[in-house]
Amino acid sequence: MDFRLTDDQKALKAGVRALLEGRFDRDALRAAVEDGGLDRDLWRALGEAGFFALRLPEEAGGVGLGLPEAVLVFEEAGRALLPGPLIATHLAAGTVPGAAEGEVVVTAPDGAFVEWLDEADVVVGDAEGAVRVRSVDPLTPLHRLPGPVGRMPTTGVAGVGALLTAAEQLGSASRTTETAVAYARTREQFGQVIGGFQAVKHLCAQMLVRTEVARAAVYAAAVSGDPVEVAGAKLLADEAAVDCARDCLQVHGGMGFTWEADVHLHLKRAWVRAERGPVKADAEEAEAAAL
Amino acid sequence: MDLAYTEEEEAFRARLRDWLAGVLPKLPPKPDPLDWPARRAYDCGWQRALYEAGYAEVHWDASPTRRLIFLEETERAGAPYVGANFVGLLHAGPTIAAEGTAEQRERWLPPVLRGDEVWCQGFSEPEAGSDLASLRTRAVRDGDAYVVTGSKIWTSHAEVADWCELLVRTDAGAASKHRGITWLAMPMDAPGITVRPLRTLAGSTEFAEMFLDEVRVPVENRVGEENDGWRVTMVTLSFERGTAFVGEVVACRRVLGQLAHEARKNGRWDDPAVRRRLGRLSAEFRALWRLTQWNVSEAEATGGVPGTGGSVFKLHYSHARQELYDAAAAVLGPDALDLGREWNLDRLSSLSYTIAAGTSQIQRNIVAERILGLPKGR
Ligand SMILES: Cc1cc2nc3c(=O)[nH]c(=O)nc-3n(C[C@H](O)[C@H](O)[C@H](O)COP(=O)(O)OP(=O)(O)OC[C@H]3O[C@@H](n4cnc5c(N)ncnc54)[C@H](O)[C@@H]3O)c2cc1C
Repeated sequence: MDFRLTDDQKALKAGVRALLEGRFDRDALRAAVEDGGLDRDLWRALGEAGFFALRLPEEAGGVGLGLPEAVLVFEEAGRALLPGPLIATHLAAGTVPGAAEGEVVVTAPDGAFVEWLDEADVVVGDAEGAVRVRSVDPLTPLHRLPGPVGRMPTTGVAGVGALLTAAEQLGSASRTTETAVAYARTREQFGQVIGGFQAVKHLCAQMLVRTEVARAAVYAAAVSGDPVEVAGAKLLADEAAVDCARDCLQVHGGMGFTWEADVHLHLKRAWVRAERGPVKADAEEAEAAAL
Repeated sequence: MDLAYTEEEEAFRARLRDWLAGVLPKLPPKPDPLDWPARRAYDCGWQRALYEAGYAEVHWDASPTRRLIFLEETERAGAPYVGANFVGLLHAGPTIAAEGTAEQRERWLPPVLRGDEVWCQGFSEPEAGSDLASLRTRAVRDGDAYVVTGSKIWTSHAEVADWCELLVRTDAGAASKHRGITWLAMPMDAPGITVRPLRTLAGSTEFAEMFLDEVRVPVENRVGEENDGWRVTMVTLSFERGTAFVGEVVACRRVLGQLAHEARKNGRWDDPAVRRRLGRLSAEFRALWRLTQWNVSEAEATGGVPGTGGSVFKLHYSHARQELYDAAAAVLGPDALDLGREWNLDRLSSLSYTIAAGTSQIQRNIVAERILGLPKGR
């Protein structure tokens, strides 16, 4: 047993991070916030980099990697706040022509919502009668589905979607933790950096603890692929993303409440992802049923 | 990212499992938790059995992964807890193994493994708890011995211990309070030691006060250099926080299964709030187990002493454990007030987890300062 990342996995993670820093830096992020549309060039670049074809077998033109690698890649996407129906398109690779290459944008209804409906070329599933709502997240347009909300299973394709969502949440949680710590080390009040104050220090420590517990859960679920473990990982990762964003906002003081700071974008996206299946209650029930 | 065990590790697991299945049904009944001499005898008997079957060394000599398997299997099978051997096996022993001389390892380690000698930890003092380095118990060199005077507190298992890992101040004038400390192994039968049991909120005498009046400790009992004891102490604490709780996570998962069983029996399972609470805890304890596997993988790669990752684990674990036993109370309903019922004593003792081995506040300081690099507070 060696749970640590292999050298190849580390290299993959670093490569994706570098790619995203180059293609989707802070300026691009803020431009996307103001513009609201999906950058098709970026989408194709992601396709070229193997983002969508990652788990397709090599014979089928894919990269031939597994769930653990996909988790690392989506963690980086979450870190960078990369917008778009990334997971739906990734899941469609191999079945929807053009998805694997990033030529086609695919979305799929999940729970009460469907994301990016207007921008999508293909919808996998039934989005009939979906009504546009003013999305809380400026980077995720949402349509609300009519009728009762179905439970998302955590097996099969939905299980992969749940796990990759958890990976995005993990990336966001570690990003807001780093951001809070960096701010706490530079911002001064009362003649010292605020990170020297225990009240701030302890907020930061809890952010790290939450993130690392979620990381262990998400990575392990990627290795085992066990549906209950996936549900538990989603539960802990949702919580880490939401709570770390909140604490990060708190550490930033008034600055944290501004549109200009990126913290709110992390929090809002974390809320959107937490609505994807399985939501908190369903994940807890899935865990309980297995006891 | 690989959670699969090697063939050799799986063979070890299978052997251990077989052995446990044969030996556990023949164990004598558990002693009264308030009777420490009986507990010592029971715990040492179990350690002896492990020794004779060849499993005792797993704590020090085997790979961290084998140790993980050992703890996982013994807990899963419901084998006795280390109990009175906690200090000797899980942190004094590993410290001596890492920092002691060949003679010291030869003198102290085998009796711990055989279950012949029990250790306790004399670190805390009335005026030095969280601020451990401000300890005042002093030791003055007199020929080939240190003469120790002062007092210690919260010394777990002191009543039944043969040896004490003791921190003393050997240089009161050192430039920093961390510099003048020395780590000694003190024989508990030396003249001048008085042990006064303290009663815990659970009613037991889990720990004690120790008064030391000119106790002579041979210089050869010093582990590490004189005045270099703080560094040795960090090694001890990294074991105490890093690996000592590993087996307990498995135990908590077992308890969770029992709670679900009980709730299904007594009807509380029908309450979604109770169900969801147990479900949530199940996710937490599984994640803590995975985090343990992560930390063990790191330790295996770097060799030896666990890192600050132990503080991350300890922080989360100590709170999760308390939530577990609060959930047990929710499952039990009115029976939660009956101390004769299973889990209720555990609920009381879980209250110590956020205090002992460094409080949660201190762990947060460690995580913030040593892992995140935030400035040290004064
Ligand atoms: C069941 C049990 C068994 C134990 N066994 C042993 C043993 O075998 N050997 C041994 O040596 N010790 C033992 N201890 C002692 C334990 O390590 C100490 O109790 C612990 O380190 C806290 O010290 P204290 O009790 O003096 O509390 P204090 O240090 O007085 O702390 C009181 C409160 O103040 C907070 N506080 C203190 N300093 C700070 C700070 N800098 N920042 C923020 N908050 C702070 C603490 O978090 C706590 O909430 C045991 C304790 C328990 C409960």
